[in-house]
Amino acid sequence: MIRAIWRPACSIVLIEFLQQLVSGAAAGCVYAMVALGFVLIFKATGIVNFAQGELMMVGAFFGLTCVDIFHLPYWIGAILAVAAMAVFGMLLNRVLLRPLAGQSTLAIIMVTLGMSILLRASASVIWGPETVAFDSPFSRKSVTLAGLVLSQEHVAIIVATSLLVAGLFGFFRFTRIGIAMQATSENQLAAYYMGIPVRSIHALTWGIGAATAGIAGIMLAPVAFVHVNMGYLGLKAFPAAVLGGFGSIPGAIVGGLIIGIAESLAVLYLPEGFNNVAAYILLLLVLTLRPEGLFGVHTARRV
Amino acid sequence: MALLDIANLEASYGPVQALRGVSLSVAEGSIVALLGANGAGKTTVLKSISGVVVPERGSIVFAGAAISGLYPDRIVTAGISHVPEGRETFTARTVQENLTLGSWPRQDRGAIAADLDRVFELFPILRDRRTQRAGQLSGGQQQMLAISRALMARPKLMLLDEPSLGLAPLLVREIFAVIANLRQDGMTILLVEQNANMALEVADYGYIMETGRIVMEDRADVLRGNPTVQEFYLGIAGAAEAGPRRYKRRKQW
Ligand SMILES: Nc1ncnc2c1ncn2[C@@H]1O[C@H](COP(=O)(O)OP(=O)(O)OP(=O)(O)O)[C@@H](O)[C@H]1O
Ligand SMILES: [Mg+2]
Repeated sequence: MIRAIWRPACSIVLIEFLQQLVSGAAAGCVYAMVALGFVLIFKATGIVNFAQGELMMVGAFFGLTCVDIFHLPYWIGAILAVAAMAVFGMLLNRVLLRPLAGQSTLAIIMVTLGMSILLRASASVIWGPETVAFDSPFSRKSVTLAGLVLSQEHVAIIVATSLLVAGLFGFFRFTRIGIAMQATSENQLAAYYMGIPVRSIHALTWGIGAATAGIAGIMLAPVAFVHVNMGYLGLKAFPAAVLGGFGSIPGAIVGGLIIGIAESLAVLYLPEGFNNVAAYILLLLVLTLRPEGLFGVHTARRV
Repeated sequence: MALLDIANLEASYGPVQALRGVSLSVAEGSIVALLGANGAGKTTVLKSISGVVVPERGSIVFAGAAISGLYPDRIVTAGISHVPEGRETFTARTVQENLTLGSWPRQDRGAIAADLDRVFELFPILRDRRTQRAGQLSGGQQQMLAISRALMARPKLMLLDEPSLGLAPLLVREIFAVIANLRQDGMTILLVEQNANMALEVADYGYIMETGRIVMEDRADVLRGNPTVQEFYLGIAGAAEAGPRRYKRRKQW
């Protein structure tokens, strides 16, 4: 008798939790993709790219342009937009960042900050300041999985991110150029001595970093709409990267997921408004307990 | 004509002028030693050759082509490999990955695999440690790795910067034996060393640097017999004091 009442109540709570978990994981995947590009660029070139969120925004607009303005089929348009982002990233590197090689960190940070403002302003001139919807083939569809009703969009984001991360892992682990990229991030001088074309490696890193940001933008667009200021969401990628241990790629991915899920569960269980600061509360907590971040290497240093 | 010809090379680090007109040449198939006190500019000469430092003036001609100011990857492709001071291995990558990275400029897969075997024959310890991270090797093993990694590019000219630094005497001898063997196989080597004794023993010719200039050059055996060199580089006490003013230790150039 008691059981009969208790059981459905429990499963509603559980289902609610799981659904929120999945939508949080989907948001986390987007943060993870932005953080991933951010960490890649930082590790390879030492540049902290504050425009990573804006690259995501530009990626979403590129997708929108290909699919809704040029009327290309969704997948072709998306792939074209990501390829365009890769080229765009390499162009930014060539035109704005390469000439700064050897300048102070502060000068370079000012340039990437300026780049973010420039990208927002240009986007607003080109595409207008309005908020635009950009549907994917999964929009407003749901899928039932073991009693859970999930948004297809969320599932697609999680699947796409998993595939991408696996692909990148394989690239860095097994290909000649991937290994050379890691070696270059570890010891640039030694890479020069080996005859590795360091400047091309940097260009490639910017290409990949911008492409992953673009993918994040295209994945996020159907969930959150496209607008000039959507790059602010990239600010969440920053705590994600720090949470994972600044400079660790697996860390950036896990950090992104944790922040996405924490925000989403905060909506469910914490008073209103907490979801907006959940990322930063978590960041403070982790950094207090483990200053090197979750995946960071602990370096003993006496100050 | 020599394989490498350097004339009037000048280079600076910001306001610090490290090279003040260095000229030297390395004949094909020979070992040339570049000696000098700390801060003389030896490393800067090697870095200018490999393109890591861009010289301000002067010319570097390798195998008939001017290479001064080219990017390092072009210079490695041209056939010059640099084993840097402090080894600079990729500590987070495995020994084998380090070696493979050394073969970066090459495309001939099959020959690369054969060269890997040859390198393992030269330093068998590297074969045993091939799957370990380079950072887990001892200093001497890392030096072997650094030399092997440079060999993997199949260079015509090797630049060795203090390969014996910090190694136990036995290992120093092993490294120098390898250097002598490489020459037997036709390799050309420009060798920077603090260990002037060993360096002048394997070398055919030597240069001595002081504050950015070459102050003396000669055949290695002649240099070894020179009293000033003996006193200041070979550590033979009193060799340069044979003159009347024993109390005044002066280098005589
Ligand atoms: N990165 C640098 N920045 C500024 N000055 C430098 C730098 N590297 C070398 N120097 C200066 O250039 C001069 C030559 O240095 P270099 O490293 O070529 O000497 P070296 O003969 O190799 O010395 P050692 O035997 O100690 O290795 C020195 O006065 C040194 O202080
Ligand atoms: Mg030196």
